Amino acid sequence: MRKYFNTITRIAGNVVTVNAPGIGYDELAVIESAHGESYAQVIRLEGHQVTLQVFAGSQGIGNNDRVRFLHRPMQVCFSDALLGRVLDGSGRPRDGRGNVLGEMIHIGSPPVNPVRRRMPDRMIHTGIPMIDIFNSLVEGQKIPIFSVAGEPYNELLARIGLQANADIIVLGGMGLRHDDYLKFRRSFEEGGVLGRAIMFIHTAADPVVECLLIPDLCLAVAEQFGLQGHRVLVLLTDMTAFADALKEISIIMEQIPSNRGYPGDLYTQMARRYEKAVDFEGAGSLTILACVTMPGDDVTHPVPDNTGYITEGQFYLRNGRIDPFGSLSRLKQQVNAKTRDDHRAISDACIQLYALCRESREKRDMGFEMSAWDQKLLKYGNLFEQQIMDLAVNIPLFEALDRCWRILAECFEPAETGIRRAILEKHWPKPQVRLEPTQKELATVGA
Amino acid sequence: MKETDGKRTTARIIGVDGSLVMAETDGRVVQNSLGYCIRSDGARLLSEVIRVRGRLADLQVFEETRGLRVGDLVELHEEMLSVVVGPGLLGQIYDGLQNPLPELAKQVGYFLKAGVYIHGLSRDRRWRFTPQVKVGQIVEPGDTLGTVPEGIFEHRIMVPFSWRGQFVVERIAAAGEYTVEDEIAVVSDSEGQRRVVTMQQRWPVKRPLNISRRRLMPEEPLITRVRIIDSMFPIARGGTYCIPGPFGAGKTVLQQITSRHAEIDVVIIAACGERAGEVVETLRDFPELIDPRTGRSLMERTIIIVNTSAMPVAAREASVYTAAALGEYYRQMGLDVLLLADSTSRWAQAMRELSGRLEEIPGEEAFPAYLESRIAAFYERAGVIELRDGRIGSLTIGGTVSPAGGNFEEPVTQATLKVVGAFHGLSRARSEARRYPAIDPLDSWSKYPGIIPAADMAKMRRLLVKGNEVRQMMTVVGEEGVSVEDFTTALKADFFDNCYLQQNAFDKVDGATPAERQKYVFRKIMEAVDVDFQLRDKTEARRTILEMTDLFRNWNYAAAGTEEYDRYLKAIDQFIATKGRKP
Repeated sequence: MRKYFNTITRIAGNVVTVNAPGIGYDELAVIESAHGESYAQVIRLEGHQVTLQVFAGSQGIGNNDRVRFLHRPMQVCFSDALLGRVLDGSGRPRDGRGNVLGEMIHIGSPPVNPVRRRMPDRMIHTGIPMIDIFNSLVEGQKIPIFSVAGEPYNELLARIGLQANADIIVLGGMGLRHDDYLKFRRSFEEGGVLGRAIMFIHTAADPVVECLLIPDLCLAVAEQFGLQGHRVLVLLTDMTAFADALKEISIIMEQIPSNRGYPGDLYTQMARRYEKAVDFEGAGSLTILACVTMPGDDVTHPVPDNTGYITEGQFYLRNGRIDPFGSLSRLKQQVNAKTRDDHRAISDACIQLYALCRESREKRDMGFEMSAWDQKLLKYGNLFEQQIMDLAVNIPLFEALDRCWRILAECFEPAETGIRRAILEKHWPKPQVRLEPTQKELATVGA
Repeated sequence: MKETDGKRTTARIIGVDGSLVMAETDGRVVQNSLGYCIRSDGARLLSEVIRVRGRLADLQVFEETRGLRVGDLVELHEEMLSVVVGPGLLGQIYDGLQNPLPELAKQVGYFLKAGVYIHGLSRDRRWRFTPQVKVGQIVEPGDTLGTVPEGIFEHRIMVPFSWRGQFVVERIAAAGEYTVEDEIAVVSDSEGQRRVVTMQQRWPVKRPLNISRRRLMPEEPLITRVRIIDSMFPIARGGTYCIPGPFGAGKTVLQQITSRHAEIDVVIIAACGERAGEVVETLRDFPELIDPRTGRSLMERTIIIVNTSAMPVAAREASVYTAAALGEYYRQMGLDVLLLADSTSRWAQAMRELSGRLEEIPGEEAFPAYLESRIAAFYERAGVIELRDGRIGSLTIGGTVSPAGGNFEEPVTQATLKVVGAFHGLSRARSEARRYPAIDPLDSWSKYPGIIPAADMAKMRRLLVKGNEVRQMMTVVGEEGVSVEDFTTALKADFFDNCYLQQNAFDKVDGATPAERQKYVFRKIMEAVDVDFQLRDKTEARRTILEMTDLFRNWNYAAAGTEEYDRYLKAIDQFIATKGRKP
């Protein structure tokens, strides 16, 4: 027999309070109103007052509508039948096909015991030199793309998803524009990966609470595939929308905000999701790549700031390029010593020289005289930007390293690169290959 | 901390909000005592009383509260959150509540499970005990009754610290093998009451453990083999220091390097609310790494406390105290202990989260008003002590701080700076330019004496300051706007930075520089900086300093005693002798 409660004492925002005894914390409920049924989740217990966040929003709910408790936390269906499917933030199909059948699993599983994690040490090749050479992506890593509205971050995310060669791709869209969703779908289709992709999509038009569940749904499913031995890549976009949804709920709950209205547990909430990234000892792996848009291009904004402290590095996407200075992959040391002996040396030298080039450019822009050294740096900077940094460049790692050597040889004497002698002697191109400078380059160098 | 025999009362849950549970009771409630929330499926969730209002007790639960209901039973104990101490702590990997994680993995698999607690020490392992007291001898709490070998140390079995007064040894176990639960002595107090001593005892984590004659001044440098720390911003045995820095500046890497190379007896790593991956690196690497001073695995001197960001928040707060209590325990044996807490900001955030749920009036950035006093009390647990038998023990605490937005003006950094003896501030500008370790040499400071004479340290610091001034001037007036002399000064400051302050953590040789080599290289660098190169123009200046930098850098990579080392040293001496004349 189903038991219903119909004394709703408070409706505010997407939060509803109902009078019901014997309810467990974090349990799932169903609210039936004239507008249909919606799932809701218990977020506070006070005596018999049970506070629920309503997934579909509280519009149209009346104070005598019926609430039914399911006595279990939120679940999602897990089976191979999920592959190729598109679901919404409540786990229902949104591709017009029938329900997915399979085992029901709880979302928000407990954390992995650190002693059962293995040290991530397998590089994921993306074909993007700014990632492969300078900030290698590693299986089991969690890393965001920091960007601002207008930058092609979703395209970059989709491209990495396609080229990363994962067994299974799980896409979580939060606050996505509908055409962005269609773009993802199309690129997965064209890339031939739709059959091994699962999409959980919340669009900007959907109720905000459903956005909160997207990461948990994605990660619960991904974790199960990982335990089965698959290498899973989870793409989340945009985590800022997720944080904003958290903010909305916590304000309605009258929690004291800590920073710019975000709740004090923002770090914990996000960490709990990102920390699902894992390389299981004796099973598969789960890699998380997330987009974080920075409001006002401000990296000290609470969302990118907290994210940076949680994730293992970050890629900055700025002006259509991956910025070499702010970007960092904390796990690159695990892999870049094993690729080729010059990998680390090239990675360090190219960035240091590019940093010097930036200084020279500043000097030039302020109208100062350019020394011979400055001229070399300027030339280097241009070549580096065109042949390595440009996002259109799509070449394997070794080819990219060779290209870096050619650029260095084109611009500098060996000792000027600051690379150790042993490495220089082995890799410095000989005989020197002359790269033809472009017209534009000649103009900027002003030689 | 799991099994207690003390008095207990019961309460009923009347509310649940995140990790906070409100309960109602008719019995006695003790602030900071332990409780268990009993979930309907029988799981017992460890909690701590953090507020008492009349018949209401507010508890923070060290587990996920999912599934708890109004009306569920809470068992309240009188005992406070405590750790079990005894032989077998070294080499262990614990969570914040002292559950051994490898053991937990054996029992419950890949994932952690709420309500599963395991005793912190092996109950089966036998230790070879050697008595050190005789029947009839008078002993006090903290006095040694005997020893057992634990790795490279003689682990002292001491009279329980929580007892008061003097005791007469009635019985002492003969030399032989015992488990931590076997009786090793019986003592009687002044009233003739007999008490049994085993090799393990409990200590409440939030109470400082310090049984000593007096506290001493921390003066002896603690060598970390990180040049910029040992030579410019030293830390002392028994002292405190903090490493604030924005994300990506290398706080954790710096802590990892320190935990490997520090010249100290015992290292306790408290990974508090940070990434699991970083802990895994330590877990996997340490057993393989050999401590050059002892020839044994680094793990034998290390205890790791892990409470990663995904683990329950309340246990995060407990983890730093657990680490401090274990550190103090080894200090009582006359050992030098280093506690590395990463990151204290996560601990502060845990306090903020609970304070918010308790609806306390918030202070700055919603942190609770008692933030400062809690931080101060934590760092005050460090110190050098002279034990009652004259031996010296020390506990050094180094904490990282993760300030929001990398801005040091925030409450946690400011509260920490007030109480520590050294400040290693990491800068984003330095880390972005790949100048590691990214400790800012202009902002950082230390109140402790180091291995380099103070005058020399001050001189090189002046060079850095002057170099920075010239650099700033050049951004305004350009390279042509400064004199060759000033320009050379800036280059020399860069040279010192490049060849001494920066260090390649991933290189075997450069990654760790022993104190003797540091002193030698420092003198050589000063010699090189003092040379008047008689430079005519800036191009020549740049070329000369670049050449010098190249020589020193390669020298840094050469292992001492190799032909390569001698070759570069010779080249440097020749360079100094020929390139100019001494002033």
